[in-house]
Amino acid sequence: MSPDWPILSVTIFLPLVGALFIFALRGDDEATKRNARYVALWTTLATFGVSLLLVQGFDRSTADFQFVENYPWLGGTFRYHVGLDGISLPLLILTTFLMPISILASFGVEKRVREYMIVFLVLETLMVGTFAALDLVLFYVFFEGGLIPMFLIIGVWGGARRVYATFKFFLYTLAGSVLMLLAIMAMYWQAGTTDIPTLLKHTFPAGMQNWLFLAFLASFAVKLPMWPVHTWLPDAHVEAPTAGSVILAAILLKLGGYGFVRFSLPMFPDASEYFAPMMFVLSVVAIIYTSLVALAQEDIKKLIAYSSVAHMGFVTMGMFTFTQEGVQGAVFQMVSHGLVSGALFLCVGVIYDRMHTREIAAYGGLVNRMPIYAAVFMVFTLANVGLPGTSGFVGEFLTLLAAFKVNIWVAFLATTGVILSAAYALWLYRRVMFGQLEKKELAGILDLNRREIACFAPLVILTIIFGIWPGPILDTSANSVAALIEHTRAALADAPTLVRLP
Amino acid sequence: MQFDPQSLITALPEIVVLAGALLLVLAGAAQGDRLTGPMDATCILILAVAAGLVIWMPDGQAFGGSFVLDAFARFFKVLALVGAAAALLMSVDFWRQEKLRHFEYGILVLLATAGMMTLVSAADLITLYIGLELMSLSLYVVAAFDRDNLRSTEAGLKYFVLGALSSGMLLYGASLIYGFTGTVSFAGIATAVTQPSIGLVFGLVFLFAGLAFKVSAVPFHMWTPDVYEGAPTPVTALFAAAPKVAAIAVFVRVAIDAFPGIVPQWQQIVIFISIASMILGAFAAIGQSNIKRLMAYSSIGHVGYALVGLSAGTVAGVQGVLIYMAIYMAMTLGTFACILAMRRRGKAVEEIDELAGLAVTHPLMAFLLAALLFSLAGIPPLAGFFAKFYVFLAAVEAGLYTLAVIGVLASVVGAYYYLRIVKIMYMDEPKEAFEQMAPALRLVLGITGLFVILFFAYPASIVAAAEAAAKSLF
Repeated sequence: MSPDWPILSVTIFLPLVGALFIFALRGDDEATKRNARYVALWTTLATFGVSLLLVQGFDRSTADFQFVENYPWLGGTFRYHVGLDGISLPLLILTTFLMPISILASFGVEKRVREYMIVFLVLETLMVGTFAALDLVLFYVFFEGGLIPMFLIIGVWGGARRVYATFKFFLYTLAGSVLMLLAIMAMYWQAGTTDIPTLLKHTFPAGMQNWLFLAFLASFAVKLPMWPVHTWLPDAHVEAPTAGSVILAAILLKLGGYGFVRFSLPMFPDASEYFAPMMFVLSVVAIIYTSLVALAQEDIKKLIAYSSVAHMGFVTMGMFTFTQEGVQGAVFQMVSHGLVSGALFLCVGVIYDRMHTREIAAYGGLVNRMPIYAAVFMVFTLANVGLPGTSGFVGEFLTLLAAFKVNIWVAFLATTGVILSAAYALWLYRRVMFGQLEKKELAGILDLNRREIACFAPLVILTIIFGIWPGPILDTSANSVAALIEHTRAALADAPTLVRLP
Repeated sequence: MQFDPQSLITALPEIVVLAGALLLVLAGAAQGDRLTGPMDATCILILAVAAGLVIWMPDGQAFGGSFVLDAFARFFKVLALVGAAAALLMSVDFWRQEKLRHFEYGILVLLATAGMMTLVSAADLITLYIGLELMSLSLYVVAAFDRDNLRSTEAGLKYFVLGALSSGMLLYGASLIYGFTGTVSFAGIATAVTQPSIGLVFGLVFLFAGLAFKVSAVPFHMWTPDVYEGAPTPVTALFAAAPKVAAIAVFVRVAIDAFPGIVPQWQQIVIFISIASMILGAFAAIGQSNIKRLMAYSSIGHVGYALVGLSAGTVAGVQGVLIYMAIYMAMTLGTFACILAMRRRGKAVEEIDELAGLAVTHPLMAFLLAALLFSLAGIPPLAGFFAKFYVFLAAVEAGLYTLAVIGVLASVVGAYYYLRIVKIMYMDEPKEAFEQMAPALRLVLGITGLFVILFFAYPASIVAAAEAAAKSLF
């Protein structure tokens, strides 16, 4: 099944090779810029190609980790251990799929192109590594290492308030993560290993689980982000360059959700059960409150950023139902949100490149000059709303279904979020697209060029395909999620009584 | 006490350094400053030979057990020698540009290094004091090496007055300990001390106060910012690297070797100064505009992190300290290579704002300095992360959760001021370019930068060496 070359490690480190190659590029400015762009594009495409081999070789009938590579690394029991299961594979493919699109969308960047492409490629290595890591320390190194390139992406290529935004992003995320690091160390001394497959079978004492859960929550809640620690996100999104926003919304946020499924649920089942009501409350607050906040935004990017927080609320809600539908729905919602929110930020990037403003009030009537753009934006707006037939529907439906089984009130309140999302998304669409083209500055605006169409085409296709036929993702994750649920249920049945926090 | 000729062989590296220093004094006295170039080269050669000898010599004891060479001493001696050699290498161009080239500098560095090596190998309180004073006296002089400069002489004088005070405290503590145990040897103290007595704890406090001064841990850190800022920059680089490593080494050895019987007593002290150093280092550095002063506060913070490992008092903890100091020294030397390269129109500049737009004017230097700064902040996958990882791993093992939580949160605060420098380099409008970087600085920056960036690829060898060294203490 697995080929004899380390296909997963190649996927992880291929972008780094491309980065080194760009680092070595010499020549006059224009040539270097052009070469850097194309090297980056081809590297990410090649990485995507290699990652498709993973899909092809993936055995959907088992919940075990596949493509496993395990070598000594730090001495002691910390090892370079990577592998994939049905939960990490879709997210890994999402990453490798979105990177070429982000690079292509960044061809318009003129400032320090070489460095720009290098940091994006380094970031890809770190993100792919995070999804593939099967050792907690290795996971942490990849997870946290992503801060450095993202700090530079926002800070160097961002908008007017970029410095404030990037510091806020960096320090918020770092503060959450260091507590997780201590929890990882405590787990190491308790279980004697940081090997994830081993830890998945290990039972931590119930009292300890609560603290570990809270420490991991500190990190993932900031990353996801959950209300009330989401405030870095609108700032970071607004100031980041287009491709930075795409990666941030589509992939970096998913690291938080992935962390919950990979670690919190199976490793701390008692604590997850104990804290599930709190997670529901936070999810519902995120869904309703940030949707309302999104209604009041005047900046397009900020509106989409708040809508991201609301959509991630469905993810956490689904996971903490401990049901097959809920967790699978959460995984699906993450992939779908990756496609849709990434695409929406690309859409904003298109008009921002032309008009250099993100104010909703500065637009209106674009459909008259930009019919293709209006159609594309419509697809993603509807997917964002969760219209049946788009990928956005599947995830929200499954998570709501699961929530309904567990707690009707949670499901009821979360469903109002769907209505609110229709309100803010369609209202945004009306204000930007419809009406008469009255503003003089907009008179000469051009529709999508070929490069932009090439960016959007795969996203539109996948959004609709996954809406009609969600099978590829649901089938991939089914067995791994089933094993996870079974393990969690068994652990809960074993636990004599829940130990409360002292 | 019988004199054993074998002793001279065990102490051969120290003897080589001292004999070399004395011969160079003679040569310098005869020829004056004309020979400075070859003499500096000879100094570096002597340090390299000594490092080779340290690695090659077998374990042993000398001078009736008051001097030991074990894996622990070997690890720290190599660090001190490498640090001193790198600092010396980086100083050559600086002295030439500032027209301060004197042959005494290399010799003083050699003498200070001999002091550090003795300190690291000390197995009784007398040897400890001899090593400490040999090191400190040489360093007082080099701090004031730019003798016509008010700031430099002020730094030297401050360092001397406060250093003398701390030596006094250390001696007072040592005499109390001798009085209550009847011995000065660490092994003897360890057997004599099985439970705390009030007088002994008094002695312990004074001894640790003296040592805390040498490693510049809070609350005995006040001299550090002034001395770091006032001393000529290559001297500051030396201060931040080699002596700090040696002082931490002796701190660890005294605590572990001499007082295993009263761990809870000294643990309290170390935990307190560790927390205080981490917090002060993180907060006080935020407001600094002079990069040398900032590095002074940064070094105070880093000593706090290293002491987290000592607080644990376990093999894993000592291993953490060893790894921490090795990585810290590489990061510090690399950063100072960049600080030394901050020269415009023949004059050195020290304000952080002068780095503005370095990424445009000197992309490679900015890249390596950014890597060093992210590493100092402890962000993976750079070396500084692994340094912090191992000390906190030990603290968590020992159940010191409060210390660990305060430590990691202080590191988040500390990350802010390192990021601020990265921001100035990458996000501000460029200023006029610096002068061409001297080859020696490029060498040091290149090696340390690559070490910090590539550490994650093959960390096992340093981790294993540190583990062996840590085990030799227990």
